[in-house]
Amino acid sequence: MSQPLLQLQVEEKRFRTHRVIDRVALDIRAGETVSLVGPSGCGKSTLLRIVAGLETDYAGRVLVKGAAPQLHSPDVGFIFQEPRLLPWLSVADNVGFDAGRHGGRHPRVRELLAEVGLAAFADAWPKQLSGGMAQRAAIARGLFAQPALLLLDEPFSAVDAFTRMRLQDLLLSVAAHHGTTLLLVTHDIDEAVYLSDRVVVMNGAPGRIAGEVAVPQPRPRDRRDPALARAEAEVLTLLDGGRQEHLDTAADIAAAPPPAAAPVDGSAPGFLARAASRASVPA
Amino acid sequence: MSALSIAAGSARGWVLPLALLALWEAAVGAGWVGANLLPPPSELVHTLYALATDGVLLGHIGISSLRVLAGFAIGASLALLVGAAVGLSRQAEAYLDPTFQALRAIPSLAWVPLLLLWLGIDEAPKITLIAIGAFFPVYLNFVAGIQNVDRKLVEVGGIFGLQGRALVTRIFLPATLPNLFTGLRSGLSLAWMFLVAAELIAATRGLGYLLTDGRETARADLVIVAIVVLALLGKLSDGVLQRAERRLLAWRDVFDGRAA
Repeated sequence: MSQPLLQLQVEEKRFRTHRVIDRVALDIRAGETVSLVGPSGCGKSTLLRIVAGLETDYAGRVLVKGAAPQLHSPDVGFIFQEPRLLPWLSVADNVGFDAGRHGGRHPRVRELLAEVGLAAFADAWPKQLSGGMAQRAAIARGLFAQPALLLLDEPFSAVDAFTRMRLQDLLLSVAAHHGTTLLLVTHDIDEAVYLSDRVVVMNGAPGRIAGEVAVPQPRPRDRRDPALARAEAEVLTLLDGGRQEHLDTAADIAAAPPPAAAPVDGSAPGFLARAASRASVPA
Repeated sequence: MSALSIAAGSARGWVLPLALLALWEAAVGAGWVGANLLPPPSELVHTLYALATDGVLLGHIGISSLRVLAGFAIGASLALLVGAAVGLSRQAEAYLDPTFQALRAIPSLAWVPLLLLWLGIDEAPKITLIAIGAFFPVYLNFVAGIQNVDRKLVEVGGIFGLQGRALVTRIFLPATLPNLFTGLRSGLSLAWMFLVAAELIAATRGLGYLLTDGRETARADLVIVAIVVLALLGKLSDGVLQRAERRLLAWRDVFDGRAA
């Protein structure tokens, strides 16, 4: 591949006077799956929004297939943290939204719904879907325009752990089937390592790239693979090396007077005595 | 819920009105209340029948309904136009909204003398008054609806490259529909209210005129029949909007009125 699918060099991005991104460079080749991980506020979501064309006010140079990112580029799809299905459209019309009014009738909608296991829900309203099903519909919508690059902003953070694992596998198989390149932002190091060929670790603020961990394991991967655990450890090291600012309130907690064992019901001395003895046990 | 229990549910709603009617009939029959002031239900049915069979009532209903329809259509359409401009454009809001908020503060009946002076006593002042009445609820709810559209859904529109008219018709309009219906329904009920006001003041036909006529000829039965007919018409026209609302807003994820 002569030219990377995404070439990103963001010198600086500011929100008013606050600098959120400081000299970040990242190239992604076609067919790769790359995760951006980092503490909240490190600018990783902002980076994604720049690639999607949702943010245009930054210093730097970003090229998708050699052209500047623009909203509604056929090359780029976007999946939000929440499904953001339009509640007044049926599931099929949501998936085919890009094809205009009654986009749900487009033949590709049926195919995509079948791929994400929602074939039976084409005519349902979004309110009838569970959180995981709604996010599956959102994935189908993101893939409808057949983008070369699919951007995902913490796509599975709002679903439970079991649903998340199923959705991760679903995403991988659907993306492989369509040959889609994935760039996803996540808080979840497990998820980043399991899904990606490369994990790009950022720390902030302002956001910088702290390092990169390659995950060469072939797919399908076993979540219990010790090699994945080692990659996770590397990611954690990179995160810690960035000296995150912890919100350390231990000193304040130690200084505060212990909460008084206020009697809820004075007539129950037994309860109070038990509570007091429990309180005296060192944690 | 079975059909039987639904029937039982609506049957329960009839208990109180039927009991009141029976009490009313008995009270007038026993001579506790003068029949000239409070005609018994049986006499009202008689009056209604007489009015209905000689076609007078139908004429009144027709002209009143037409006035409401015309006034409501004009008022609601203007409200949609102005509301869309104010809701979608900061500029338009800055120029227009303060004026409309000020106009709203005028009790609408205060327009009556002016409308009579300007437009005479024909249909024009009546329809204008009804249009004024219908305008404000539609306008206020529509603007509030547009301004409360979820930013996240608008962003979805942006991701799909929607701009201008497409963004309005595919995102803003459907998202505003629930508010719009609230506005249309309260606008319609105000339209009926202003119809009565307009017809009480200057009319020779219509249900409001029937009210005046009943008072002037000391016929309480006419007044009560007109009131009942107005109630029925109001309920009927609201029912039409309510059905449209249910059909168009089936997608809404709302509490359905029954605790699970």
